Amino acid sequence: MTAAVALKDKEVAVDEEGYLINLADWNEDVARTMAADDNIALTSNHWEVINFLREYYAEYQVAPAIRVLTKAIGKKLGPEKGNSKYLYELFPYGPAKQACRYAGLPKPTGCI
Amino acid sequence: MSDTEADEGGNRKVKRFMIVNRKAPYGTIYALEALEVVLIGAAFDQDMTLVFADDGVYQLKKGQQTKGIGQKNFSPSYRALGDYDIEKLYVERESLQARGLAPEDLLVPVRVLGSAELSVLMDEQDVVLSF
Repeated sequence: MTAAVALKDKEVAVDEEGYLINLADWNEDVARTMAADDNIALTSNHWEVINFLREYYAEYQVAPAIRVLTKAIGKKLGPEKGNSKYLYELFPYGPAKQACRYAGLPKPTGCI
Repeated sequence: MSDTEADEGGNRKVKRFMIVNRKAPYGTIYALEALEVVLIGAAFDQDMTLVFADDGVYQLKKGQQTKGIGQKNFSPSYRALGDYDIEKLYVERESLQARGLAPEDLLVPVRVLGSAELSVLMDEQDVVLSF
């Protein structure tokens, strides 16, 4: 069984937890569609985290665990954003897990 | 980590884990799996030590090109270990020298130890996993 996210003009394959099978399938529409399926409209605050994750993955080839994400966001965007309260408000299903999915990355290692 | 004991306060005890990497990065899944174990251990706040010996030293070699074998070059991940507070990386001196490598050839800062020193370090661990 393969699941898929339906975009306007095509479908992209995802695994049973909703993560992209082929990371190259990602574009902003994929993120917007995944979020809309969760009843979330992405704001610039969401994009800040999604873009950060994509840059982190491009650099290190690893999807950061929540603790690492929180610390790294704090370093880059300031302490008012580098805390789990702020990140959980943006991504209530778990910032690393949910934001990585929207960003087209694999599920972070060490995430349960 | 099912044998991790909890104290009266319900806090899980931190164990000292040593992950011994002995195989070349590609051709088998060992190196990648070892890295997963390391990241998972760190996510659970365990005390992680990494050792690279034998062909395992190639895992840290700079300039890996995997296009020809159609696999993901996961070597940049070793540079993220610092973000996970994993800073105890050891390379066996004999293995490094036998392959004509020096610490400058490696992706991340490491401590180079002889096999005798490493065996002392190994004795101090609670868990040693060899890959």
